[in-house]
Amino acid sequence: MSNMLDIKKITPKNITDKELFYGHKACAGCGGSLAVRLALKVLGERTYAALPAGCMSAVGFIYPQMAFKNNAIITPFPGVASMASGIEAGAKALGIEDYKTVAFAGDGGTADIGFQALSGMIDRDDNVLYICYDNEAYMNTGIQKSGLTPFGTKTTTTPAGKNLPGSITHKKNLFEIIAAHDIKYAATASIGYPQDFINKVNKAKHIKGATFIHVYASCPTGWGTPTHTSVEIAKEAVDCGLFYLAEYENGEFKLNKNPKEFASAAEYLKKQGRFKHMTEENINEVVAQRDMKWERMRRKWL
Amino acid sequence: MEQNIFISGDEAVAHGVRLSRPNVIAAYPITPQTITVERLSDMVECGDLKAEYMHVESEHSAICATMGASAVGARTFTASSSQGLLYMTEGLHYCSGGRYPVVMMNANRSVALPWSIYGDHRDSLSLLDCGWIQVYVEDAQEALDMTIQAFKIAEHKDVLTPMMVNLDGFILTHTYEMVSIPEQDKVDAFLPPFQTENKMCFENPKNMAFSSQPDDNTEFKYQQNEAMFNAVKVLKQTNKEFAQSFGRDYGDMVEEYRCDDADAILVTLGSVTGTVRVVVDKMRAEGKKVGLLKIRYMRPFPEKEIIATAKKVKAIGVIDKDISFGYEGTVFTNVNSALAKANSTVLKKNYIGGLGGRDITKNEIENMFNELLTGKLKKDGEHVEFFNLKVAIDE
Ligand SMILES: Cc1ncc(C[n+]2csc(CCOP(=O)(O)OP(=O)(O)O)c2C)c(N)n1
Ligand code: SF4
Ligand SMILES: [Mg+2]
Repeated sequence: MSNMLDIKKITPKNITDKELFYGHKACAGCGGSLAVRLALKVLGERTYAALPAGCMSAVGFIYPQMAFKNNAIITPFPGVASMASGIEAGAKALGIEDYKTVAFAGDGGTADIGFQALSGMIDRDDNVLYICYDNEAYMNTGIQKSGLTPFGTKTTTTPAGKNLPGSITHKKNLFEIIAAHDIKYAATASIGYPQDFINKVNKAKHIKGATFIHVYASCPTGWGTPTHTSVEIAKEAVDCGLFYLAEYENGEFKLNKNPKEFASAAEYLKKQGRFKHMTEENINEVVAQRDMKWERMRRKWL
Repeated sequence: MEQNIFISGDEAVAHGVRLSRPNVIAAYPITPQTITVERLSDMVECGDLKAEYMHVESEHSAICATMGASAVGARTFTASSSQGLLYMTEGLHYCSGGRYPVVMMNANRSVALPWSIYGDHRDSLSLLDCGWIQVYVEDAQEALDMTIQAFKIAEHKDVLTPMMVNLDGFILTHTYEMVSIPEQDKVDAFLPPFQTENKMCFENPKNMAFSSQPDDNTEFKYQQNEAMFNAVKVLKQTNKEFAQSFGRDYGDMVEEYRCDDADAILVTLGSVTGTVRVVVDKMRAEGKKVGLLKIRYMRPFPEKEIIATAKKVKAIGVIDKDISFGYEGTVFTNVNSALAKANSTVLKKNYIGGLGGRDITKNEIENMFNELLTGKLKKDGEHVEFFNLKVAIDE
């Protein structure tokens, strides 16, 4: 970690035009597939990628059309971290050198069913970069609520009606839960800020041990947004303060972006089918939660 | 020279693993498997075994981690039992479908509820269909020897199927016996390092564990089934080679004991075989024509062998340390299916016992033989008996 400055920065100018994830069947405008594609450009061909059940594995490995140019494997839904750890242990034991092991998992595969294995992987400090692409629901199975689905989201298992405003639970504090393991490096990112995401993947690539990136990744199909606004909407989530860009390193938190003023959360919400039903009261609750979280982050991390 | 040492079944397995030089071990502790993983940890610590020992946080992770390591070409081992084995279930199917030749020791133990840490076969027999080769051993020596053989069988290119070595909880795992420890260089000659095409590597990157469509899924399952049948030839050959190198011959998929002119035989799985052997010798000395058929492999299943033995005898009893509720013992179902295909008219009875660790005594076994020898058994539908039952049964 000390030699961070030695790492060659990857920019739009010098990023490889070689595609490692293509020909897959993701929906137009899929944010998750953009995150995987960009990350693999940074990590390169000498990468083992492990993906649990979820959209990215469902669209990438349809026999006989395989969409990864690098080594890649689908894992059981709860076992992406443990299988990635096993890959790492196997490669190490066989004396293979100069490669990276990465896990790409959805919010459900990370914060819910795969959490135990992830916690174990970080506890052992296995040399794996774990990237959670967060589209805020179980998309592959048809938009059901996950532990990272925010308050007020309409999903197929949290319908919005007379009695309920969609999801009544708030998004788990995943980043801080991961940091609480005293992991070497963890970060949040958004496909709306691709350079920041690329920098973080590049940093994690060069750290030996467990690292974690939580990347906000829009899903037009599940969010009810036009396919051409995916990057924009993921940027807006950060600008309105409902998501944030941060890092945890050497035991310390760092806010990468600390806006003086937030863009309108109400506008961000109203653009999306999943939040259309929200009342003013619901929106006020979301804003109040946001402000509380930022007050705490600023107090503790700045 | 082979060295003889006084060790438990669990420790015998640990030595078998050490001698097989796995690259990666991932396991989660559960009674009565724990001694194996503790010994393996010691062996790694002191340098006797050069392997990555992964302290996974669950059995689900143990099987996922071993599959991951196998997917890059590593030789892998895991161990479990009962609740832990069941917790792996998703991974067990995944592992055989992906053709990852992971080797596992299963310390046979009952399944909750009620909780019981003691032995029976309900854990592994309930998973017969998960696509693993299943072998059951009779003593600590066989446990060690079959652990070594398991890697050779599972990793064979025509097989590439994971293998479970089953030994009875406590009766084998925790009982001390004199065990002969093979020499490392002989094991190395018998079991060279794992080589496979079925792996991710940087010379020829692969996408593995993919999804299939209705149009091609059947063909994958057909190949998996063929691989299991290929294992029959490979396990026989492996036993032969092992006997040549180490002087211990376990027979093929079954072992017949004094069956040739027998009127009645008992079919066994695992450690109860030893007790039945003693009873057979005693009754033979008294002039009673009894014998024993020890099933070693439950998958692939020794159908031909069972039919061949049945042809020689008048009555067959099957001891099951398990019950498929609402039907009969699983070993019996399998044996009976083989007999039915051969239109066998042999008399048959299913004895259910030894559940949750209850002893099966020599007396009880003698009673079974005597009942079988009468040649008078109840007909269809009443062929299942829970023996040594301590609750009253309404007749
Ligand atoms: C053990 C198990 N339970 C449930 C499923 C069904 N399942 C497959 S993917 C999925 C949801 C994935 O959600 P997420 O991890 O957020 O990824 P996304 O589909 O949104 O990309 C579920 C519930 C499964 N494959 N395995
Ligand atoms: S449903 Fe969403 S996450 Fe899944 S492929 Fe489509 S856009 Fe991507
Ligand atoms: Mg999701």
